[in-house]
Amino acid sequence: MTHSQNAELERQAAESSVAGPDNRLRITLMVNGDRREVEIEPRVSLLDALRERLHLTGTKKGCDQGACGACTVLVNGERILSCLALAIQYTGQEITTVEGLALDGSLSPLQQAFITHDGFQCGYCTSGQLCSAVGMMREFDDGVPSAVTADVASGTIDFSDTEIKERMSGNLCRCGAYVGICDAIREAHSEVHSEVHHAGESR
Amino acid sequence: MATTITKPETLFGKRVRRQEDPRLITGTALYLDDLKMPGMHHACVVRSPHAAAKIRGIDTSAARALPGVAAIFTGADVTGLGAVPCAASIPGLRVPHHHLLAQDRVYYVGHPVAVVVGTDRYIARDAAELVEVDYEPTAAVADPEKALAAGAPAVHPEWPDNVAFNFHQEGGDTEEAFRQADVVVRQRITSQRLIPTSIETRGVIAEWRAGERSLTLHSSTQIPHLLRTLVAGILGMPENLLRVITPEVGGGFGSKLNVYAEEALMAYIAMKINKPVKWVESRRENFQATIHGRGHVDYFELAALRDGTILGLKLKLIQDLGAYHQLLTPVIPTLSVLMMPGLYRFKNVNADVVGVFTNCVPTDAYRGAGRPEATHGIERMVDMLAQELKMDPAEIRLKNFVHADEFPYGTATGLTYDSGDYAKPLHKAMAEAGYEQLRREQAAARAEGRLVGIGLSTYGEICALGPSIALPAGGWESATVKVEPSGKVTVLTGASPHGQGEETTFAQIVADELGVPMDDVLVVHGDTAVVQYGIGTFGSRGTAVGGSALYYALQDLKAKMKKFGAMMLGTEQVNFSGGYCVDEATGKSVTFAEMAVAAYHAKKLPANTEPGLVATHFWEPPNFTFPFGAHLVVTEVDRETGAIEIKRYVCVDDIGRIINPLIVDGQVHGGVAQGLGQALWEQAVYDESGQLVSGELTDYALPRASRMPWIESSHTETPSPVNPLGVKGVGEAGTIGCSPAVVNSVVDALSPLGVRHIDMPLTPEKIWKLIEGARA
Amino acid sequence: MISNAFSYHTPETLEEALAMLEDGGGKILAGGMSLIPLMKLRLASPESVVDLRRIPGLKAITEEGGAVRIGAMATHHEIEISPVIRGKCPLLGEAASAIGDIQVRNMGTIGGSVAHADPAADYPAALVALEARIRLRSANGERTVEASEFFVDAFTTAMEAGEIVVAIEVKEEEASEGFKYEKVAHPASGFPVVGVAVRVKKSGAGIAMARIGVTGMGPHAFRARNAEALLEGGAGAAAAAAVVGEGEETNSDLYASGEYRRHLARVHAGRAIAAALTRAL
Repeated sequence: MTHSQNAELERQAAESSVAGPDNRLRITLMVNGDRREVEIEPRVSLLDALRERLHLTGTKKGCDQGACGACTVLVNGERILSCLALAIQYTGQEITTVEGLALDGSLSPLQQAFITHDGFQCGYCTSGQLCSAVGMMREFDDGVPSAVTADVASGTIDFSDTEIKERMSGNLCRCGAYVGICDAIREAHSEVHSEVHHAGESR
Repeated sequence: MATTITKPETLFGKRVRRQEDPRLITGTALYLDDLKMPGMHHACVVRSPHAAAKIRGIDTSAARALPGVAAIFTGADVTGLGAVPCAASIPGLRVPHHHLLAQDRVYYVGHPVAVVVGTDRYIARDAAELVEVDYEPTAAVADPEKALAAGAPAVHPEWPDNVAFNFHQEGGDTEEAFRQADVVVRQRITSQRLIPTSIETRGVIAEWRAGERSLTLHSSTQIPHLLRTLVAGILGMPENLLRVITPEVGGGFGSKLNVYAEEALMAYIAMKINKPVKWVESRRENFQATIHGRGHVDYFELAALRDGTILGLKLKLIQDLGAYHQLLTPVIPTLSVLMMPGLYRFKNVNADVVGVFTNCVPTDAYRGAGRPEATHGIERMVDMLAQELKMDPAEIRLKNFVHADEFPYGTATGLTYDSGDYAKPLHKAMAEAGYEQLRREQAAARAEGRLVGIGLSTYGEICALGPSIALPAGGWESATVKVEPSGKVTVLTGASPHGQGEETTFAQIVADELGVPMDDVLVVHGDTAVVQYGIGTFGSRGTAVGGSALYYALQDLKAKMKKFGAMMLGTEQVNFSGGYCVDEATGKSVTFAEMAVAAYHAKKLPANTEPGLVATHFWEPPNFTFPFGAHLVVTEVDRETGAIEIKRYVCVDDIGRIINPLIVDGQVHGGVAQGLGQALWEQAVYDESGQLVSGELTDYALPRASRMPWIESSHTETPSPVNPLGVKGVGEAGTIGCSPAVVNSVVDALSPLGVRHIDMPLTPEKIWKLIEGARA
Repeated sequence: MISNAFSYHTPETLEEALAMLEDGGGKILAGGMSLIPLMKLRLASPESVVDLRRIPGLKAITEEGGAVRIGAMATHHEIEISPVIRGKCPLLGEAASAIGDIQVRNMGTIGGSVAHADPAADYPAALVALEARIRLRSANGERTVEASEFFVDAFTTAMEAGEIVVAIEVKEEEASEGFKYEKVAHPASGFPVVGVAVRVKKSGAGIAMARIGVTGMGPHAFRARNAEALLEGGAGAAAAAAVVGEGEETNSDLYASGEYRRHLARVHAGRAIAAALTRAL
C-alpha cells in the first residue's frame, strides 16, 4: 500500500469516528491486499463483516465468544480473534484471512504440510489454525518467548513440540488433530528455514 | 493389440493424502453458514431460561413491531405438525409428545418456545429479545437418582415416577455364578454428561419452491436420508418433494445423528413465509439444546474366583435421558448392556436399565454411544478385582480373555464376536511401553514417595452398525458406482462422511478394484436428490458398511465391464485387472476407457446386457464388527496439588484391516483426545434448579493442544470376516479405550493410599481430597 | 451472539473521552476481551462505546528515573515482549505471558484488565506484589491508587464514576531481586484458578524483602503480608507459604472450592518463593 493510500484510509477512519446506533457507516478494509468497502453498523464484528458482507466465508465462527480460535485472522501479521473485534476498529489495517494464504494460487508450504500430516479432519477449525500457525511462526522467529519458554534470557528458543503446543493452545480442534497440526507446523517451519539457510549458502 | 500390463500398486493400506483436503485447507469448502440464498431470511429461536415452568402467555407484539421482522411462530402455530421423532422401540417405553415448540410448559433450559424471523440475523436477534414470555416456574429435577426418589418433582406430570422405561437383559445364571464366587467387588461408577461440541454448531437453511411444491433443506447432519423421511413425516409432505442437502459438516460426533425441532421448524417456516430461511445455532444454544452424551450412574457387581477367573457381572444402570427422547435416546443404554462382558469369557450377565426423565436437554449418541460407559465400567471393575486379589492387572485380563481359537464367539448378551486375538494388542502395548521396566520404575518412585500409576484398558466395541435387526431404521448401506462415458468414475454413497475421509478411502477402494487412478474417482454424498437412499455416518459404520456396499457394487460393475470386454475381444473368457480386460489366450486387451465408450455408445451390446455402466448395491451386514485393543497410560500425580501428568500414552488398536493409515491415525488421535476429555476435564453440570452451569466454552473444558500428551499409536490387524474388506471401524476406538486406562492409571498411582475408585472427570481437587483423606 | 446496537466513538484526547462518558450511558472499550463477550451475551448493553485507541500516548511503555509507566492501552503481548518490562519489572512480563492465549494477548490491554477487575485475572497478583499504582484520570484531574487498595471486590475497583485508567506505574525491580509468577490455569478459560506472584531480595542467608501477591483465590487480589513478614523475619519458605490466604475470603466454583484454592495458593506460594530465591542474586 502506498503512503497516500494509507493517509486516505487514516482520514476515512477519523471521519468514521462517530457513529450513532442506526448510523450505518461505510468503511474500507484492506483484506488480503484488496481494498474492500463495506457498510456496517458499529456492532458488526470483523468476523461478520468478512463473512456476511465481504463474502469471505473461509474464516469460521465457532463460539463467537473468543474461546475457540476458529475465527483467528492476522492483522498486520498478528493473530487476533475476529469475533471479538469490531470491524470499524480495523479500518486501514492489513487483514489476512485463510483466503490470502495461498501464494500465487498455489498452496503455501504450511497448507501443504497440513495435508501431508493430516492436520485436520472436518476442516472447520482449520482456517483459524492456519492463520494462527502463520502468526505463531513469525512470533517464534522474532524471538518472542512463550509461557513455556524455559530460559527467556538466553535468547534462543527451541522449536519444540511443547513450544508449538503452547503457542497453538488458543485454537481448539474437536476432531483432536493436534498431533498432525503440531507435525505440520514443525515441518513447515523447518522447510522455510532450510530454504533460508540454503539461499544463504548459495550466495 | 497386445499389451504388457503391470498391475498398478494396490492402494489398500497406503498412506494416501486426503482427496477432500484442498477445499478444506483453502477456506473454500462450503459449510452450512457459508451458504446464502437470494431473499434469504434469518431465524432466531427464543428459548426457555427455566428448567421447568408453565407458560402463562406469550406477547409478541413488541417484536412484531420491529422493522424487518417477517414473522413470529409460537407453540400455537405448530400444533398441527408432527412431533420430534424417537425411533426407539423398547417395550413399554413412555414417549412424551415432543412438540416442535413448547406448548403450555417448558421442560429444560433451552427448550424452544418461539421462532422470530427477520430480514437479517441482527434484526431476528433483536426481535427475539422483545418476545415476552410469561413463565410460572415450577419445581425441577436435574439429577437422575434424585428424579427416582419418592416425592421428586415430576418432569412430565403424567408420569410422576419419572421412569421412561425399564429394560432387563440377562444371559447364563448370574445368581449361581455369584453363589460360586470367592470374591465379589461392587462399585458405583458414573459416566458424566458430556457436550459433543462440534466446532461447527448445528444449522439449517430451508428453501420452498411454491410452484413445484418442493422443499430443499440444507442441514448440517450425519443422516440426510433419514432426516428427509422423518421431516417429511413431521410436515405431512410427500417425501419425494423434500430434498435434503448436507453441505460440508464441521464435526458431528453423534450430535448430528438426529432430527431436531429446528430442522422441521425451518422447513415449515420457509413454506409459510415463502422465503428461504436460515437458522444457525449459537454456541450457547449448542450447549443448551443439542443433545448431550453419556449421563450414566451404574452399580456394578463383579463375581470371581480367588484365582482371578471372572464368573459373572450384575449391573443396575440408571440412564439420565433428559426431558424428551431424541432419535435414539433410549437405545443408547441398551448398547451399553450388550457390551458389558467386554473381552472376557464369563457367560453370566444380569443387567437392569432404568431410563429416567430429568429437566435437562436429552442425552443421545455421542462418540461411542453407550459403549464407552460399558467399557469404562467393566475395565474399572476388572482393575478393582485385580487390586482386591493383589493380581497384576495385565495378568487378570490375560486370564479371562476370550481365546483366539474361540471365534466366532457367542457372548452372554447374545452377540457373536467376529474375530480377535485379544492378548496380542495387550502384549504389544506392554512391550512397547516396557511394562516390566515401568513397574520397576514405579516401585522406585513409590519408595521416594511419588505417586506414579500405570493403567491398562483392554477394550472391545461394537462397530459397523449394524445388522438392520439392531437398528430402528435399518443398518445396511448403499453405494452406486457409475463409470462415465469418458472413463471417469463417480461413486454415490449413502454414508455421509463429515471428517472421516471416506472420499479418499472409497476412492482407494475404487482405484484398486477398477485399476483407475484415484484422481479419476469422485465420491459424492449428502444429497438425497442425487444419491440413492442411505443410512448415514455414525457408529463406526462408514467404511465397514458403506465401503462394503461399494465393494459389492464394484464387483457387479466389473462383471458387466467384463461382458463388454469379452465382446470387444471376441472371446468368452477375460480377466479384468489393472484397468484392462485381457484375453489371457491371446494377450489382447481393451482399456477401461474403451469399454466405457462401448457401453455408452452401445453400437453393439453383449447378449442380455443393457447399455451404460452403473451398478448399485444395498449391503446388509450379517453382523457387527468387534474391534479391540489395549491402551496403557502412565501418570504421575502431584502429591501436593492433585494435578495429573500423563507421562506416556501407548495404544494398540486392532480395527481389522487398515485402508489408509494416515486417516486411521487421525481417528485414533481424535478418539483419544475425546476420551481424555471425559477422563480429565469435561463435564456438563446442571445445578439443583436445572440451570446448565457449564454453559460456555470458558467453563466446559475441551482438550487443547497444550494439554495433549504424545500418543504412541500402533496396531495389530485381525481381519473381520463380516465384510469383504476385512475392516472393523475406527471412529470410536480411541474414545472407548482411553478413559478407563487413564482412570485405572490414576487409581493405580493412588492405590498405596487405599484409593480404589474415582469418578470422572479426575479434577485435581478430587484427587487432592483423596490424598488428604488418606493422610487424615 | 449479537450485541445490542450502540453508537461508537473514537475520541482523540482524554478530555474528549471523559466528556463522552459524562452522561453515564457509555462504556470504555479498550481491548474488548471482556466487554465484547458481555455485550454479545447482552449482559452489558451500553448506549455508546468509547474506544480509546486513537488517544495518543496511551499505549506507551516508558521508564524514567526508576519508575516504569505502562500506558493503559498497552496490550498483554506488548508488555510481555517490551524490553523495558523485561529489563525493569520482569515479574509483570511473566504475568502477561501467562494470560490466556496469544490471540487474547494481542488484543487485550492492561488498562482494560485492571478496570474490569476479574477476580481471576493474572495481572493483579503481580501488580500488588510490585506495589504498583493505578493512575486514574477524571474531569477533576488525576490521582493514583495503590494496587492493593484498587482491587476492592470481584469486578469492583476503587474507581469512581467518570474515571479512566490511564496508566500503571511500577517502581523498577532491583536487579538483584528474584521474582516468579506461578499459576494454575483453569482448563477451559485459561484464567488462573490461583496465581501467585513473588518478589524476594536476599540479604546474606536471609531475606531482606519479600512481596507476595495472590489472585484467583478470593474475590480480589491481595498481598499476603503475613507471609511476607515471616519470610523477612527469617522463617523458612514453607512456614511462610503455609499462612498465605489466612483470613482472606475465598471464591468457589464448579472447578475448585474455596478450600482447595486456599491450599493451591499456599502450595504455589511455596514453589514461587523457591523459584524466586533461585533467581535472586
